[in-house]
Amino acid sequence: MRTIARSGIALAAAALTVLGLAACASESPTAPVESVEPSEFPEGSSMAAFAEAGTITIGTKFDQPLFGQMNPGTGQPEGFDIEIGKIIAGRLGIAPEDIEWVETASANREPFIEAGTVDLVIATYTINDARKERVSFAGPYYVAGQSILTLAGNPEGIEGPDDLVGQPVCTVTGSTPEQKLIELGADVIATDTYSNCLEPLRNGAVVAVSTDNVILAGLADQNQGEFEVVGEPFTEEPYGIGLPKDDTEFRMWINDVLEEIAEDGSWEAAWNATAGTVLPPATPPAVDRY
Amino acid sequence: MQAVIDNLPLLLEGFGMTLLLLVVSGAAALLIGVVAAVMRISPVPSLRWVATGYTELLRNTPLTLVFAFCIFVVPSLGVRIDFLPLALVALTAYTSPFVAEALRSGFNGVPVGQAEAARSIGLGFGQILRLVILPQALRMSVPPLINVLIALTKNTSVAGGFFIVELVATGRQLANANGNAVIEILLAVAILYLVITVTLGLVAGRVEKGLRVLR
Amino acid sequence: MTSVLYDAPGPRARRLSLVVSLVAAVVLLALFGALIAALAAPRVSGGVTVPGLFDPSRWDIFGEATTWRAIWGGVVGTLSAAGLAAVLAILLGMVISLLRSARTRWITVPITIVLEFIRGVPVLLMMLFILLVLSTGQYWAVVGALALYNGAIIGEALRAGLDSLPRGQREAGLSIGLSPLRTRLAIEFPQAFRQMTPIIVAQLVVLLKDTSLGYIVGYSDILRVMMNNLSSFYGNRYLFSLFFVCLAVYLVINFTVSFIARYLSRRLA
Repeated sequence: MRTIARSGIALAAAALTVLGLAACASESPTAPVESVEPSEFPEGSSMAAFAEAGTITIGTKFDQPLFGQMNPGTGQPEGFDIEIGKIIAGRLGIAPEDIEWVETASANREPFIEAGTVDLVIATYTINDARKERVSFAGPYYVAGQSILTLAGNPEGIEGPDDLVGQPVCTVTGSTPEQKLIELGADVIATDTYSNCLEPLRNGAVVAVSTDNVILAGLADQNQGEFEVVGEPFTEEPYGIGLPKDDTEFRMWINDVLEEIAEDGSWEAAWNATAGTVLPPATPPAVDRY
Repeated sequence: MQAVIDNLPLLLEGFGMTLLLLVVSGAAALLIGVVAAVMRISPVPSLRWVATGYTELLRNTPLTLVFAFCIFVVPSLGVRIDFLPLALVALTAYTSPFVAEALRSGFNGVPVGQAEAARSIGLGFGQILRLVILPQALRMSVPPLINVLIALTKNTSVAGGFFIVELVATGRQLANANGNAVIEILLAVAILYLVITVTLGLVAGRVEKGLRVLR
Repeated sequence: MTSVLYDAPGPRARRLSLVVSLVAAVVLLALFGALIAALAAPRVSGGVTVPGLFDPSRWDIFGEATTWRAIWGGVVGTLSAAGLAAVLAILLGMVISLLRSARTRWITVPITIVLEFIRGVPVLLMMLFILLVLSTGQYWAVVGALALYNGAIIGEALRAGLDSLPRGQREAGLSIGLSPLRTRLAIEFPQAFRQMTPIIVAQLVVLLKDTSLGYIVGYSDILRVMMNNLSSFYGNRYLFSLFFVCLAVYLVINFTVSFIARYLSRRLA
């Protein structure tokens, strides 16, 4: 069932007061690594190739709380996107230690897939038609929505996207929120990573930061009450797994895996261990086989 | 190719921003560099130390950190300044020590006899500098100064990561939007940079030739 | 040179010098003090008071070993890219200087055009180009761009060094039966290197600083690890503290490299 993140998320983020520093306090569940034979997969398919190689390169975010964040202690990224990646790799017989994680900033996601620098991208990657011309998507595995982050107390009185018209708003280069803000007519200030947007928001150089609500909730949570998410999500951002454009076989296989884990509880376990520590419980969306 | 032609106005906008960054911070860096270079050879020890400290600190700091300071730390100190002036300050501060070094090599190139002769006819420090040393030193510094300006042209690209939409940032945006034309777009950006740097190089060559005749 | 410009200071000049020093010191201390005060003041943002920069709560992450291990990882990233790029740049510089001094124009003209291109294009752009077009990983994009650019500059320096050698050296080498290439390698290059060491080492320091440009391809060098990864993991509150520590790390590394460079050039001179 598709769920649209509601203002419940905004309430949760605003209601959080003094929370710990570590984004992920609990340990991530280890995705089960199945012992698979490469011959189980169709001959010549990507699945067989990865099972044979015993390793896979996945692009993800290293600086997004809850979904993809590099833990300096372990040297490994952690978050909901990482858990999904581990599950998929597990089905290919690849252990979590054998996954190679590459940092893909928003603007680098399509180039890295096209160039072959990464095999998959699981990085809060919104599915849209423009991107489908360059890469293909399995999933969605979660549906977020674009929302707005302001200083706590909302000094500018921003209620919704219409209040952003003509105002300076910060977001990240190469993301769908950037496109949406340009369409709206806001004065878009774009940078490489979301953390760069927070300081201008503090200084008043921008009136708001706008991106997916789950990312904003994570940022608000980390900064202990300085910021709040306002208004309702005003778009739908289905997160998908990016892979090379013509690999339909691999895409359908990943869709099969996603449907399985939606049924058997692994999706919920992954959510509760990572994003669910801050955000309310969610349900997996239906996959889109196009 | 089509992608480049379609987006030419955007590319030229970025080019204009790069030129703006180059001209304004170049001029400011030349001014501050001259002041710093003079301070380094002045008779007042404290001025010498200040100039040396400033030069050494900025020459050993990566430009990205200087930018990070100007764009993130400075606004938090209370003053609300736009990103563009902050970027100009960052570029000027970073380039001025290199200007000072180029001028110092110019100073060292002036024959010692010139200064001695000036001293022996009774000129003071300021007069020696103004009438005898600086004119000659500036002429000899022109090739290294042009190199500093060429480096500055390329350093403006760092501003792209700090909220300024200059040529490389524009190129990245376009390369993302037109994934099948990445090579053409990046080549177009490279050619636009070469327009500036090759021109500067040619100017340096002409100036050098002219000065050789003078001497 | 400097002492030639002015007489030894007499009593009046010394007093003037003292006054100027005091004024300069006061001005600088005032500016510095204002900066420290502004940083130390707590800021109110969004109804929450964020403590000033010198509050322990802004620095507590530096007491944890994991922070320093992550920083060390960034240092390793920077040094490994810079080290390999430096070696490649020197090798490339040697090749380029040989090509530039070739006798036929079929070689010198194309190589000059390529060199103009490399020297006129920002290193950032070259990193992007190598990453997107040649689809290498991030590490090789950074190393490749740095090696190409600095190789071109070192090549120029070496060529100037080769040109400035007395012609007798080359003639002597040829007259004892060495081939032109071996003459260059065995006789001319060592001398050119000795002469150009200060310039080459200065260029290597620039190379080290330029590794921080790897952010554009997402390479994990010191800057990216500290200002992006650590600041987003521990929270934006630590951004300023991380900035100052990052600055300190770079200064330490650069001063050390410059010091080694000066020591080496004195030993070799």
